[in-house]
Amino acid sequence: MLYREAGDFKTSYAADLQTFPIKSERILFWSFTAVAFLVVPFFINDYWEKSILVPFLVWSMVALGLNILTGYCGQVSLGTGGFMAVGAFACYKFMTAFPDLNIMICILLSGLVTAGVGVLFGLPSLRIKGFYLAVATLAAQFFLVWMFNKFAWFYNYSASGQISAPERSIFGIAVTGPNSAPWATYLTCLTIVFVFAWVARNLTRGRVGRSWMAMRDMDIAAEIMGVSPFNAKLSAFAVSSFYIGIAGALFFSVYLGAAEVTEAFGIDKSFTALFMVIIGGLGSILGSFLGAAFIILFPVLLKNLMVGYLGWPTDLAAHFQIMIVGGLIIFFLIVEPHGLAQLWRLAKEKLRLWPFPY
Amino acid sequence: MNARPDSSEFTGARDDGIAKGDTLLEVNNVSLSFGGVKAITDISFDIKKGEIRAIIGPNGAGKTSMLNVINGFYTPQQGTITYRGVPRRAMRTTDAARQGIARTFQNIALFKGMSTLDNIMTGRITLQKRNLLWQGLWAGPAEREEIEHRRTVEAIIDFLEIEHIRKTPVGRLPYGLQKRVELGRALAAEPSLLLLDEPMAGMNLEEKEDMSRFILDVNNQFGTTIALIEHDMGVVMDISDRIVVLDYGRKIGDGEPDDIAKNQDVIDAYLGVPHEG
Ligand SMILES: Nc1ncnc2c1ncn2[C@@H]1O[C@H](COP(=O)(O)OP(=O)(O)OP(=O)(O)O)[C@@H](O)[C@H]1O
Ligand SMILES: [Mg+2]
Repeated sequence: MLYREAGDFKTSYAADLQTFPIKSERILFWSFTAVAFLVVPFFINDYWEKSILVPFLVWSMVALGLNILTGYCGQVSLGTGGFMAVGAFACYKFMTAFPDLNIMICILLSGLVTAGVGVLFGLPSLRIKGFYLAVATLAAQFFLVWMFNKFAWFYNYSASGQISAPERSIFGIAVTGPNSAPWATYLTCLTIVFVFAWVARNLTRGRVGRSWMAMRDMDIAAEIMGVSPFNAKLSAFAVSSFYIGIAGALFFSVYLGAAEVTEAFGIDKSFTALFMVIIGGLGSILGSFLGAAFIILFPVLLKNLMVGYLGWPTDLAAHFQIMIVGGLIIFFLIVEPHGLAQLWRLAKEKLRLWPFPY
Repeated sequence: MNARPDSSEFTGARDDGIAKGDTLLEVNNVSLSFGGVKAITDISFDIKKGEIRAIIGPNGAGKTSMLNVINGFYTPQQGTITYRGVPRRAMRTTDAARQGIARTFQNIALFKGMSTLDNIMTGRITLQKRNLLWQGLWAGPAEREEIEHRRTVEAIIDFLEIEHIRKTPVGRLPYGLQKRVELGRALAAEPSLLLLDEPMAGMNLEEKEDMSRFILDVNNQFGTTIALIEHDMGVVMDISDRIVVLDYGRKIGDGEPDDIAKNQDVIDAYLGVPHEG
């Protein structure tokens, strides 16, 4: 009786529109959330924060953003790294120009700035699609990185060309800078990701989400139904970039602390994000988390296994890990294009019917 | 001017201020060509409020192109379209949708990755008003609006007898049901003018009978004006009020089913009598 719908009838449309219509799923979700908010902060240490939890959360935010654009609206983007850089540099400029401004506000403003930049680079999507759009966003990636390198104003003319986050606190507790405690950075990221995952869920289940998906599935029919491509595509670019911008701001200020643009926000970041949404599941909120977890945690796991447990040399383990992850990406593209989220859905369907499959 | 129906109950067709029997749409001397190919040549006809107006003709006659002109997808080189008293030649398809022109497609154009429910909900997109911010918060107005429209869509789902496939991704549905969902999606817009492009193509007899019944019911119950392209002459003669016949982009007949059946040009066109010019 672990996973049952029986006796779980919907008596209103509101109930049917819930995110987790099945009770056991709801319980699972809220227990998970309770542990994440109330238990983990007491046990988190430096290793778990820096290597696992905070990167997982930040990348979940990136994957959510990219999934809105690519998974829901069908616009492929290779500019994710560049948009993260916009968020990071915007955050840096806000933090240094207005030292009294609350860090949360800095982060949100960085999201807004990135949304604007995203809309700008999203304009070509009104004319071109598919491969050509991917190339256009790739150009955005290179242009943005070049720009943050070229104009010293962005990094406040620092000699190293690096940006580093000054200490800022929320309720008197440092969340950026060297004195921030692991639980504080973790909770900051968790709160932001939790809230915006919920917002993403709301956006994707209503009118806006349907206009994105209609664009993705059949743009001409969508237009004939009255979906404006201009509104649908540009709102997807705006919302997606907003998320990625916030993620970039968190990545720089809370996670890295200091960053150099070419190294921190290069093209590899764009691909990492794309792999996450492909493996996790295009067009799925859960998939964004599963994809981020997979890409962040799987290498850690493999490394612990191969180096820590089997005692292999690190470089061999590293190569092995790249091969395995690459192989899995190919596997997912061929065998299950809807990713881990789909596997989870299928497993649920099986469980629901078990032990009587009819 | 654009009276919106109360979305909490399904009224089927919006009130466009035009009385039954008056002219809803007028096509005047429309010509359309693609490069050298003349798809439509100097065609005029009208559609009256509340009627089922069939557009028939052999393959390549220009029927689909005619619908594409009516909903603004193609812009004719000559002529005007007068819809609800407003003449125009060019129009954006999104504006046509907002003004109550909805359609189905000859080759099914459903949103494959979405469920039946979401596909039909998408039909209501021009009637939903809450902006991005409300939608993101969901609580309150956005949720209320969603539920209101959901109620209407459920009425359509009942009407079309597709309750059992409500949550099924449409890509998995058999062809006949996909056609029905597509009709549902068009109905969801509560159209003034419903354009149906071969809604029965590729169906078996039983499916055709169901579809004919739905079309008649839409017309009777909601008073929706329908322009219908269909190849099955039996069906056309049965359910339409008036018929336009096209052949090689020209109009060769226009009138009630009985007259059309007697029209020698029409008989020739369908029997494939060689054609001069
Ligand atoms: N987008 C287009 N580009 C070029 N030619 C076109 C286009 N659309 C239609 N045509 C041409 O216009 C003519 C009329 O086509 P249309 O699709 O309107 O015919 P139809 O009456 O709907 O035929 P069918 O019964 O086969 O659906 C055909 O010769 C077709 O090849
Ligand atoms: Mg056709």
